[in-house]
Amino acid sequence: MRYENSAFSFKRAGLTRRRFVQGMVAAGVVAAVDLRSWPVLALDSLRQQEILRGKHFELTLEEVAVNYTGRRRIATAVNGSVPGPELHWREGDTVTIAVTNRLREPTSIHWHGVRVPAAMDGVPGLSFPGIAPGETFVYRFPVLQHGTYWYHSHSRFQEQTGHYGPLIIEPAGADPLQYDRDYVVLLSDWTDENPETVFANLKQQSDYYNFHQPTVGTFISDARKSGFRPTLAERLRWGAMNMSPADILDVSGATYTYLMNGATPAANWTGLFHAGERVRLRFINGSSMSIFDVRIPGLPMTVVQADGNDVDPVTIDEFRISVAETYDVIVAPQAARAYTIFVQAEDRTGFARGTLAPAPGMTAPIPPMDPRPRLTMVDMGMGAMNSTPGMKMEDHTAPAAASSMNMPRMIGDMAGMDMGESLRSEPGSMRAPAASPNGGQNGAGRDFGATPFPQPNPNTPLAGAPAIVAAPQPPEPIALRLGPEVDNVAQSPSERLGDPGIGLRDNGRRVLTYADLRARYRGADPRPPEREIELHLTGNMERFIWGFNGRKFSEAEPLRLRLGERVRIILVNDTMMAHPIHLHGLWSELENGHGDRRPYKHTINVKPGERLSYLVSADTPGRWAYHCHLLYHMESGMFREVVVA
Amino acid sequence: MRGRARVCAQARPGRSAFACLAILLAAIATAVGAARAQTAPPTPQSGSQPASSWNPPVMDDPIIAHILFDQLEGRTNGPDTELRWDGQGWIGTDWNKLWFKSEGFFERGRMTDGIQEMLYDRPIPFLRYFDWQAGLRYDGDSGPPRYWGALGIEGLAPEFFDFEATLYARDAGHFAARVVGSYDILITNRLIAQPEAEMLFYTKADPARAVGTGFSELDAGLRIRYEISRKFAPYLGFAYTGAFGETADFTRNEGGLAVDPRFVFGTRVWY
Repeated sequence: MRYENSAFSFKRAGLTRRRFVQGMVAAGVVAAVDLRSWPVLALDSLRQQEILRGKHFELTLEEVAVNYTGRRRIATAVNGSVPGPELHWREGDTVTIAVTNRLREPTSIHWHGVRVPAAMDGVPGLSFPGIAPGETFVYRFPVLQHGTYWYHSHSRFQEQTGHYGPLIIEPAGADPLQYDRDYVVLLSDWTDENPETVFANLKQQSDYYNFHQPTVGTFISDARKSGFRPTLAERLRWGAMNMSPADILDVSGATYTYLMNGATPAANWTGLFHAGERVRLRFINGSSMSIFDVRIPGLPMTVVQADGNDVDPVTIDEFRISVAETYDVIVAPQAARAYTIFVQAEDRTGFARGTLAPAPGMTAPIPPMDPRPRLTMVDMGMGAMNSTPGMKMEDHTAPAAASSMNMPRMIGDMAGMDMGESLRSEPGSMRAPAASPNGGQNGAGRDFGATPFPQPNPNTPLAGAPAIVAAPQPPEPIALRLGPEVDNVAQSPSERLGDPGIGLRDNGRRVLTYADLRARYRGADPRPPEREIELHLTGNMERFIWGFNGRKFSEAEPLRLRLGERVRIILVNDTMMAHPIHLHGLWSELENGHGDRRPYKHTINVKPGERLSYLVSADTPGRWAYHCHLLYHMESGMFREVVVA
Repeated sequence: MRGRARVCAQARPGRSAFACLAILLAAIATAVGAARAQTAPPTPQSGSQPASSWNPPVMDDPIIAHILFDQLEGRTNGPDTELRWDGQGWIGTDWNKLWFKSEGFFERGRMTDGIQEMLYDRPIPFLRYFDWQAGLRYDGDSGPPRYWGALGIEGLAPEFFDFEATLYARDAGHFAARVVGSYDILITNRLIAQPEAEMLFYTKADPARAVGTGFSELDAGLRIRYEISRKFAPYLGFAYTGAFGETADFTRNEGGLAVDPRFVFGTRVWY
């Protein structure tokens, strides 16, 4: 057994304390499984992630024993730690990462959000066959971007058992962001159960982990509040669909312990600061199934980066981070006091917690969790929101909905669908930069887009003057019918990028929405889309089957994009759950009303009953994964292969 | 799918069909074991293999096995106590399942009223929550054994009603039908009251098995369970079994009770 405790090289800020493992407070990696002696190293709240820098990295996957809840369990660790070590790359370098598998099953590492050649993307079955036990696979690719990212296994449920870690790519030039301290805040969810059991439980009883369904008691209290008849009508309306307004997250605090940098709330991960310093916090949601709401009571946060891409600073009190997203914020605590980083799960069944403090051991009060949200008929795509605060629909240059309004629909009364009107776009035409070659339509532009575009940066060339260009080829009609794989088709999905989502509406705090994200730099590809692709996010909650357009991965053909093509992907969420949709290999440029300052994202959270669109430049050939990043949704079929050729 | 409940046919003396039950349970157990094995991680592959031989990136059609005993209980009216089980199990994928149903009574060393079914199950296209099922039903107890062909539906009706309806046919033009319904009332998220009812209909009398024509039997109950975990929920309740028409006469002739209310206590378990 290679494992030695001395292999840990924790950078500790402040006192170093050694403690014997004491249940939850000293939770963390206990020991390698084969280590017969009792564990001697415990992790305290000041534990920082092991940091690896350079151009060459060696990572080893192995089983380790952990203890987060008072019970010893086996986790999948990278270099002996959960989360794995914090990797620091530099933009412009070519990195090599030798990954050795000392597990008893195949493994893989996917560099989430990093634009790599397809063979280096780390998806078994698409990029490569996976890394067999005992094997070493060497990743090697140039780093062409910077920002906060993360890495994780793409093999079955290893992500749930600890196979994830932060990935920081430092910019080649000077960092435009000014800060004195820099902390990764990696959020995750841990279960003592075997994830295969979690999956099987969901397949057998989809509300297995939901202990907050409406009851007789809530009926009585609702009836007192809003009257017997409306309450009964509401119950019957949900019941008629066999759906529950309490289905927020499939896996809840009933089994999860929420972690911050691998520390339980009791262990209280702590980042130190001096009053007056600017602290950069790199939030990464590395959880398997948990969407989180993040705030630091008493401390406004300025969002400066989303999914690794710089955005215009926006100061908020709270933000929702869906699975696999990253947000970088800067905080500037002026007082020499402790602040709680409070991270509630969206369904309010638990929270992760950490502390920013001037000295070790200081804590601040932990606020109570917010009221548990309930889904409304809007979330079911049954009606538009009255308002979309912060959403500037006028400068929505991309008529995402408008151009596809004509598509036939099998189900649904389109009368209630009005978002196209507010786009004010002329049918059949759109404004676009004239200087941009219209991909593939003339000789000069034929190869445009067939080599990877750079990440938007201060040197991104200016687009030319707008001109009228042809409307994109509209999406193929989708014939969706209710059935075993489709339990709902949103009748009037609404564009709600300015809506913070359930549980955050009108909570008295400034909450970040997708409409607030404005890229700091212009996009690298000025072309309008040539083609639109509409995909419905579908599922049957009761049967726990998920997919795109009513089909699971195994029943669907790959989505094919021509190399160099510019497409608009329109997503309609027909389900009652939010789905963080992650496209590998290519950027997803969210069309949120900011013109050519579309934020570049790798993971786009689509709220229930929502319709949104983003642009994609198919500039890197290969077979790419495209999926919902909720782990058990992905494994139940919400996954497509995207072929760029 | 949500747990489904079935209720029993009326208690009746019968000869042991334990062997049959044991075989059935053994088959389910074996199947469960096989399913667990199949969900194990794929075997390692060498990097030199062509892409066509790689395992898929996700395995979205796993074989899952499920066993639910909705009733595993004692039924008592004071002097007389009988053991009752009623369970279902399935093994298969999203679209193809082998479905087992088993119910019966055990009293004074004898198994009675054993009904075993083995069915193929498949979701009905264009319906969200219902499956169709087809297969065999075997009645094995004190009376002569009966073999039926079975065709039915099972699923979740609107407003969360669990519903099951099956038609049976056997030789000499015998037809039968069984309708089962149940509903979970959440007093709290763990304390759940479950009313349920089962009705049996026959087109022809079968005196050897004390079955008359028409609406022959009703079994209705109310059980209040506490889910210590989803998979283990002790309960208390009340069950009413009634025989009607000819069936009531047959039952009384055999010394049974045409109307038989009892208190029940047991545990709902699934795996």
